[in-house]
Amino acid sequence: MQEQVTGRAWVFGDSIDTDNMYPGYAMRMPVEQAAEHVFYAIRPEFASGVRPGDIVVAGRNFGIGSSRPVAQLFRQLGVAALVASEFNSLFFRNSVNFGLPAVTIPGVHEAIADGEQVRLDIRAARIERLAGGEPLQGAPLPEFVLEIVARGGLMAKLAADGYLPA
Amino acid sequence: MSMTIIEKILARASGSERVGAGDIVVCEIDMTVLIDLQFATMWAPPTRIADPDRLAVIMDHAVPAPTVADADGGVRAREFVKAFGIERFFDVGRHGICHQVIAENGLALPGEVLTCTDSHTCAAGAYNSAARGLGPVEVYSIMCTGRTWFQVAPTIRYELHGERAAVVSGKDVFLHIAGAYGDATNHNIEFGGPGLASLPMHDRRAIATQGAEVSADFTTFPADELCRSYLDERSDRPYQPVDPDPDARYAAVREVDLGALEPYVARPGGVSENALPVSQIERRRVDQCFIGSCANGQIEDLQIAAEVLGGRRVAPGVRLIVTPASQAVYTEAVRRGYVEALAEAGAIVTNSTCGACFGYHMGLLGAGEVCITASTRNFRGRMGSPDAEIYMASPYTVAAAAVAGEIIDPREL
Repeated sequence: MQEQVTGRAWVFGDSIDTDNMYPGYAMRMPVEQAAEHVFYAIRPEFASGVRPGDIVVAGRNFGIGSSRPVAQLFRQLGVAALVASEFNSLFFRNSVNFGLPAVTIPGVHEAIADGEQVRLDIRAARIERLAGGEPLQGAPLPEFVLEIVARGGLMAKLAADGYLPA
Repeated sequence: MSMTIIEKILARASGSERVGAGDIVVCEIDMTVLIDLQFATMWAPPTRIADPDRLAVIMDHAVPAPTVADADGGVRAREFVKAFGIERFFDVGRHGICHQVIAENGLALPGEVLTCTDSHTCAAGAYNSAARGLGPVEVYSIMCTGRTWFQVAPTIRYELHGERAAVVSGKDVFLHIAGAYGDATNHNIEFGGPGLASLPMHDRRAIATQGAEVSADFTTFPADELCRSYLDERSDRPYQPVDPDPDARYAAVREVDLGALEPYVARPGGVSENALPVSQIERRRVDQCFIGSCANGQIEDLQIAAEVLGGRRVAPGVRLIVTPASQAVYTEAVRRGYVEALAEAGAIVTNSTCGACFGYHMGLLGAGEVCITASTRNFRGRMGSPDAEIYMASPYTVAAAAVAGEIIDPREL
């Protein structure tokens, strides 16, 4: 896992739901194609504009909704991490279990402007604007969650433990 | 020991004497349910699994298969259950929406921990279990290892009083709570109080199912006499009911007077702080009405629909779709004449599936259309076009809208 990531912040508001990121009709598509539909209704330019290393920033209750694997689509698009003031617990687990860092930093969506460059320290749960100013601090993820992310998700761990065919 | 229901269940499952909010625990999972989508998307046959007796496979989201990918998933599911000797396999024809099948077969009993690849797994909280939805890779992991971790969330308790009116259902109780109090993100919800005794099991299931819609972790009810007799008709496995300790610690205790409630409607977009009594909701013309899903495809929901539609017609220009929650509900609805009453009134009664509820197959909405639904979720774009609007209400209110062609107070019929 890359512990320090620098990229453009895509900033969203409160209660962004899973269906918004991964619409039901896209569940019929292969992951590469489904990824073109992330934020299709509220931010249609996202999928074509996002670059590897970019960071998605959101407000409260990020990811309310379904167990559909949104993180797969973010990873497909090269998103380096999710940072939110608060995560829905299913969405949080579903992200880290697919190897996508999800860091809670209260107030982050108000402190960072959409489009600006930010540096995130995943292990320290700290984000700062490259333009300057005080960094924002969250509670660091437990070590075992960081390990899941570092391995690239739960499937890699299961493979290493011999649960998957070689 | 100062524990809530969920804390007690997680303490038992993790072999801890006591757990409290903030603790991270590793729990043995009593039952895990895989659904069809899992096999259609990220499936790789495992080399070994923890315990075939603590696993069930239920075909529900995309049945009968609407795509070749879903059909291929069905092939993989059947190969898997055969290879590993999974006895609890609910294939197309003896299937249902997983949370209904879980209820009918007693797959979640008081004091147990249930996990499944669907966000509405909290439905089984109606049966005094710690049940929650998890993502597909985590459920796969539990299938392999038999366990997972939870961070114990603080619990909000709803203390129920009084008795609901006949026109009020569990859906209305939930919409009242969601409208008045909003999200419970990173919290558990526990119900109790003297009003619980008058709340039927189908209402409790609708309420527990919708815990996911206020972003809660676990939602649970105690196992009172009504709950125990419901379960004893469906399972002969032993169980131990779990009550909260008298000095359990709650993040909040909120009182609900069931007798004061009326039918509620949530406006499009979500339910939190977005639901009002029907008398305060605009009379919108509707294009589609839907009664179904794990929350509202129960036999009692179909009964209400059939009673409202019996001798009446679905209004011109309106589509009414009714989806029984399981094949068992479907056959019972046929036996009782509900399917005939609904079909004669102009409704479409579909096979049991999650299809219309999550906008995957059947009954999608076009741009500019208005829908009122008695199902689980009314996010923008949930049931088709992002330019459709989805209101949410009880089966009674939805059936009344189908007859009137617009959102009305069902008591006006």
